[in-house]
Amino acid sequence: MSIASDAATRPIGLHLSRETQQLAYRLLAVALLCLALSIATEAFFTANNILNVLRQASLLFFLASGLTLVILTGGLDLSVGANIGLSACFAATVIKATGSPALGTLTGLATGLAIGICNGLMVAKLRIPSFIATYGMLWVLHGITYYYMAGETIHGFPPGFRQIGSGYFLGVPIPVYLMLAFLLAGTIFAQRTIWGQQIYAIGANPVAARLTGIPVDRRLILVYAFSGAMAGVASIVFLARLNSAEGDIGEAMTLPAIAAALIGGASLFGGVGSVFGTFIGALILTLVLNGMNLLAVNANWQPLVTGLIVILAVWFDMVGRRRT
Amino acid sequence: MTDQAVSSPLLRLPAVPGVAVALAGLSLLFALASPGFLTAGNLSNVLVQSVILLLLALPMTLIIMTEGLDLSMGAVLTLASLVLALIVVATQSLALGLIGALAVGLAFGLVNGWLIAGLSIPPFVATLGTLGAAQGLALVVSDGQSVVGIPRFVRLVYSGETFGIPTPILIGAGFYALFHVLLYHTRFGTYVCALGGNRDALTLAGVAWKRLLVAVYMLGGAMAGVAALLMTARINAGHPTAAIGLEFDAIAAVALGGTSFDKGNGWLFGTLLGVLTVGVLRNGLNLMAVPSSVQVACIGALVIAALLVDSLRSTRS
Repeated sequence: MSIASDAATRPIGLHLSRETQQLAYRLLAVALLCLALSIATEAFFTANNILNVLRQASLLFFLASGLTLVILTGGLDLSVGANIGLSACFAATVIKATGSPALGTLTGLATGLAIGICNGLMVAKLRIPSFIATYGMLWVLHGITYYYMAGETIHGFPPGFRQIGSGYFLGVPIPVYLMLAFLLAGTIFAQRTIWGQQIYAIGANPVAARLTGIPVDRRLILVYAFSGAMAGVASIVFLARLNSAEGDIGEAMTLPAIAAALIGGASLFGGVGSVFGTFIGALILTLVLNGMNLLAVNANWQPLVTGLIVILAVWFDMVGRRRT
Repeated sequence: MTDQAVSSPLLRLPAVPGVAVALAGLSLLFALASPGFLTAGNLSNVLVQSVILLLLALPMTLIIMTEGLDLSMGAVLTLASLVLALIVVATQSLALGLIGALAVGLAFGLVNGWLIAGLSIPPFVATLGTLGAAQGLALVVSDGQSVVGIPRFVRLVYSGETFGIPTPILIGAGFYALFHVLLYHTRFGTYVCALGGNRDALTLAGVAWKRLLVAVYMLGGAMAGVAALLMTARINAGHPTAAIGLEFDAIAAVALGGTSFDKGNGWLFGTLLGVLTVGVLRNGLNLMAVPSSVQVACIGALVIAALLVDSLRSTRS
């Protein structure tokens, strides 16, 4: 990122890098969407609905931010949705059994992390293409979750735990604070640390990265572990919000998470994208889905629209690449 | 394979394909574990139940040989099955229903092919997008409800017999033969191999390979349409989640069968063995009353094991 926006490559007169320009377009898209929705429906521009949008975006952001690091290395993690399912169910069991939300939260995070590390090992050490490895993992996780839950639902958690998902602090939902914290931490990690820069370098040119002495395998395992752990975070917030765990929890979230990262400017070819971009992407997607809800569009259209958005986002990326 | 490489036992496996070992091993295991497995009735059942999977795995082999992937197949099959059910219930005409199903499959194949060949979008993302689209449309056309009242002549496609052999087995055998001829005895088949192995050579030879790639994905869509007929006949309804995830079984069968995800190395007979392995695994686990969820996990683990062996072989040779 900072490598690409080298001063020499900037167009004279307009001192904005390509990334900054694209980010500006995306912010413009958010503004236009908000404007259009407030004109189209009265329900949109109310404090309640805006906070609701932010809270929905936060869940998507947790999942998509971890995924962004994976995409930065030129990989993909298709198992994040299934990861939420298993992590949430394990966390729910522990909370029920011990009565301790802290232990449950730890279990959820540890489950997510362990799944991520398995993905990382398959990709880095066994050299299985990431989309195949994580696709296989998706089905293994579905299988384990459904077997473990056997169609049961675990519900009713301590009120203190539920605050994580449905509580407010100073009138703003707690998940929104969590989202901003992770946004800050993720941005600093990706843009301001050596490891973050190495992740960009791996995606931009894996061979060069290896030759310059970057421990590529370890960084790859790190990003998949991070993606898994963020799915763990999402599972806890989701669990606290829904106040119940089922086998299919999170199943429908993989495609939106990928969509959010891609709308945010992450390129499937690696090396391009940012955590902040993904935050904007999550906002755009949530606004679109929220708008469809407010306009009383049948919810069955949502996967169709999300699918189309994924394809459009990748297509724009392809067109942009051909121009440069 | 060089001489010094033979020292590792893993590398001696290619002499006997891994999928044949897996198939024989699983069959033996289930024959010992459950007395119901090794009966003529059950074995015929395994074959009949594997046909829908075979219909998807055959074109999936070709798609994976082009270094592609089609994640939308299960969702497209579901949508095609719903369209077929709606048409058949409304018009009582199997031909019209099948045309509808094929049209759905071909349309999605065309879109997949155009996204992948025309816009150069990576296959797994393009088809993940169309998966969402097909799944959404399936919910929209059915409004989330089953389509019931399928006429008897449709059900007979799955449960009937022709010349004393269950009709699905004949359909499966027919399509296997067709794909065999297509892949190994036509110019199209040669080009498919080259699409994965050496696209530059095709360009240099003046072959319009983008159109070929579109044709491969349309073939996949059309086969999803054919499979939709069998699926509708089997479950005696159109259901908005009927075949969701079936593409995983197909990809698993192809991967087990030794078709590689790069360099265009494919083996159609391996896919047949892979389909039978998945079929035997599911049937055997069913007989042992293992829940469907565990079956999925077992297939996933089997695929990762197959890929592991594949990657160990390719890194050492």
